[in-house]
Amino acid sequence: MSAAEKAAVKPAVPFLKWAEDGSPYLAGSKCGKCGEVYVGTRTVCGKCTARDAMKPVMLANTGRLYNYTVVHRNFPGVPVPFISVIVDLDGGGTVKGNLLDVEPDPAKIKFDMPVKVVFRDAGRKDKEGNSYLAYFFVPANNA
Amino acid sequence: MSDVYVVGTDMIKFGRFPDRNVAEIGAEAALMALDDCGLTINDMQALYSGNLFEASAGVGQRILREIGQTGIPVVNTANACATGATAFREGWTAIKAGLYEIVLCVGCEQMGSGLLGGTGGGKGIPTEGLLGSGTMPSVFAHVGLEHTRKYGTTFEQFAKVSVKNHHHSTLNPKAMYQKETPLEEVMGAEMISYPNTKLMCSVNVDGSAAAVLCSEKKAKELGLMGRAVRVRASALASDPYTSRNLAMMDFNAVTRLAAKSAYEMAGLGPDDVDLIELHDCFATAEIVHYENLGLCAEGEAGRMIDSGETQLGGRIPVNVSGGLLSKGHPLGATGIANIYEVTTHLRGEAGARQVKGARIGLTHVVGAGSACAVHILEKA
Repeated sequence: MSAAEKAAVKPAVPFLKWAEDGSPYLAGSKCGKCGEVYVGTRTVCGKCTARDAMKPVMLANTGRLYNYTVVHRNFPGVPVPFISVIVDLDGGGTVKGNLLDVEPDPAKIKFDMPVKVVFRDAGRKDKEGNSYLAYFFVPANNA
Repeated sequence: MSDVYVVGTDMIKFGRFPDRNVAEIGAEAALMALDDCGLTINDMQALYSGNLFEASAGVGQRILREIGQTGIPVVNTANACATGATAFREGWTAIKAGLYEIVLCVGCEQMGSGLLGGTGGGKGIPTEGLLGSGTMPSVFAHVGLEHTRKYGTTFEQFAKVSVKNHHHSTLNPKAMYQKETPLEEVMGAEMISYPNTKLMCSVNVDGSAAAVLCSEKKAKELGLMGRAVRVRASALASDPYTSRNLAMMDFNAVTRLAAKSAYEMAGLGPDDVDLIELHDCFATAEIVHYENLGLCAEGEAGRMIDSGETQLGGRIPVNVSGGLLSKGHPLGATGIANIYEVTTHLRGEAGARQVKGARIGLTHVVGAGSACAVHILEKA
């Protein structure tokens, strides 16, 4: 492996992938039998139990905030406060992530607010010094 | 199939015992439960042991080394926060099947302090706080705020659960804490994950509880029917598929599934139940379980905590032991400690916190992953 390859950015989670044109996206699966959409790769449908019916899909990079919490206490080294949100992506798939560019105040966070997926450096490296790309949410009207 | 009875049960006072090991703690409750019915380990045909954090370390066998190596079969169970209840249910199943007449079930746990849960770990970089939060306070904050989203439930209503359960614990000498926490103190405590403050999170403690289960024939033979409590229903469920549960753990569907199954098995409904010990691992959780267990109509849980219906002396007292919030939550012990609490009330032996005239009680535990157990007990 070359030095350049070693230095390549890695995905923070396996369902963060790069398209042919090099742009990152969230990868999902759709059941050809019941139509349920999942985050990440699957072989069996958890909903209808169909086997070999899963097709890979690109998940939308827009959605709505279903739920949230403002986290004030976390493990040592994790910066607080931050907003943990559950987002229903347009077209299917529900993802948990951090909401950025909003004050960590319940009064400023609205259920069903439109959000957009953005991809940024994770700000964390592994033991080998590799950088990671992560996904985040921002209010759709900011992006 | 024989009815199954709880003939002996007890728990240790929950606390922190850094100088003891988990088997010693489990052994103490085992002996107490045997003493409660005047039997010994020589009378037991099998041991069902529940422990989570040392799940691969033969805790049941280690308990027998403490109280007597009689060579009986040991089954060690681990099933998230339903671990103790699962051990109890395995014992119930074996007696129902006619395999044994009398068995011992023990739940025990030694906990560290601090946050449980968190996302990621393993390969790559840790993702906790990067891709949202998976700590237990955050997971159950999402549980509560989903109720807020649907019904407008307020921070104050969630906090009232903690005020109630801490009050109840002042009447329970076996609770970790016996301390009143007024509403301002609960709401003003350190915010962990909104809306759960520190006083709205269950206490990580060490603890153990045990129960002796027996067939009707054996209970009569031993002359133990006087204080026996009949197991009317034992139900266990895993989380059925719901559209968001891979991103946001769903404790509602799994609880509803187990509750429905338990009520059907008992031929009873929520209106028949006189007291409930439910899984208040966080104050937010108790609110959603009022509806999940059918104690009130959909959307009525906030009103229910406001009205005081779930306090001792109310229409349907919930967590009169102090609950996980104040009695403490040693994961593997909790399910059997709930059985002890309800049994004690059905026997009329609960002292200052006695639910008067209690004849039917329900216990509920639900663990992340998810696993839910519901038991319905009846005064024999």
